[in-house]
Amino acid sequence: MMTQHKKLILRSSVIKSIRSFFEAKGFLEVETPQRIPANAPEEHIEPYKSGDLYLHTSPEICMKRLLCRGHDKIFQICRCWRSDERGSKHVPEFTMLEWYRANSTYVDLMIDCEELLRHVAEACCSTAPISYNAKSIAMNNGAIFFTVDEAFATFSDARMEDAVKDGSFDERMVTQIEPALIQDKPVILMDYPIEMASLARRKPGNPLVAERFELYAGGLELANGFSELNDPVEQRERFSHANLKRAAAGFSPLPLPEPFLQELAMLPPSAGIALGIDRLVMLFAGTNSIDDVLAFTPEQL
Amino acid sequence: MYSVADLKKGLKLTLDGAPYLVIAFDFVKPGKGQALYRTKMRNMINGTILDRTYRSGESFEPASLEERQMEYLYKEGTHYTFMDQQTYEQVVMEEDAMGDAKYYLLENCKVDVLIFGEKAIGVTLPNFVNLRVVQTDPWAKGDTSGNDSKPATLETGYVLRVPPFIEEGELITIDTRNGEYSTRVKG
Repeated sequence: MMTQHKKLILRSSVIKSIRSFFEAKGFLEVETPQRIPANAPEEHIEPYKSGDLYLHTSPEICMKRLLCRGHDKIFQICRCWRSDERGSKHVPEFTMLEWYRANSTYVDLMIDCEELLRHVAEACCSTAPISYNAKSIAMNNGAIFFTVDEAFATFSDARMEDAVKDGSFDERMVTQIEPALIQDKPVILMDYPIEMASLARRKPGNPLVAERFELYAGGLELANGFSELNDPVEQRERFSHANLKRAAAGFSPLPLPEPFLQELAMLPPSAGIALGIDRLVMLFAGTNSIDDVLAFTPEQL
Repeated sequence: MYSVADLKKGLKLTLDGAPYLVIAFDFVKPGKGQALYRTKMRNMINGTILDRTYRSGESFEPASLEERQMEYLYKEGTHYTFMDQQTYEQVVMEEDAMGDAKYYLLENCKVDVLIFGEKAIGVTLPNFVNLRVVQTDPWAKGDTSGNDSKPATLETGYVLRVPPFIEEGELITIDTRNGEYSTRVKG
């Protein structure tokens, strides 16, 4: 086991290598406000109040507004807050990397992911495979791709659409699919049911799924990316639908990000992705506990 | 009632009428999905391990367990009978719930019995018990075979390895945590 000092050194080198990766690709590093009047309402994400505002649960709203203004390749590394999330892979305050590309789709982001993992691995560890969850994983040789539909057909005892209908999608994802994603390369799980992608564009030719994917390595969920929905009418409907589901589950509805909805018609076809930096450091540190890669856990404060 | 927010290692709860001890617990949340609470639980009667995943909003019945000092009375078939020292109430425990305790219990000895509802589900033993050796072969003086232990049968019927110098009729101390010989009791 690494000492805490070694892990903090690793954390710092991972962040440095992420910056050098995006700078080399011509991305602009941006900072957007962390206290905002409204997040994108999500059925299962609880924001913290901060005075009259909310702490952001992700910088996505402001970053997409920057795309609307013509900034076409941007990234941000920032703290995000999500209430009531504490587990071996969750803390309520965590570090997120988000990047956005105008005139791109989720396929461009998948390529970014493969290249980013390779770059960070070579900068922080070596070109040799890393070891995680007792599996040797090559970080410099691309990813393995499954559609969510294929993953359910292969690793679960239910079909994807039935799991969505009977509400067992998340349970099956955690107990049957994620353990099967411990492969000898990173894994990209793509094309989520449309019900599970509130800001993603429908896949042309298959309206039942959205152009959304998750990046895994060693069974650890690292990132969630998608082709952005840029239809303000459909986006408002999806936000309202999320609020209805929140109300049905006993949660208060959340305000809608109105300026974002106003400007969304100006959003070029784009793609964006959020990657948990704590998780990425966990992967390279070979640990299953997020506590191991933090300077302080919430309980130590 | 407990809610999922109360789940943690060491929590005791009732599931399908049986007491369970939570031995592992984690909060998980698959990409943008709902919060799930994964648990591993051990059935406190038969030791079966269960994996269960819960959603927010689910609730649990606590397991009402109490420990009472009781006197072990006798065994009949696979049933062990104990008597409460205060109320003189008798309870019967099945052999499989006794676990290793059956190797160490002598009639009339006092132990803590774990009660779930009306049912006796386990015995808490002291770490060390003294029992008499009823059968063991004599130590052949000058034995150079190198054997540093020999089998011995205790008054409870339990057989274990003891040092060669232990003789029939002697009292010895056994460590109930591993079932091994600890020392000879002088006197």
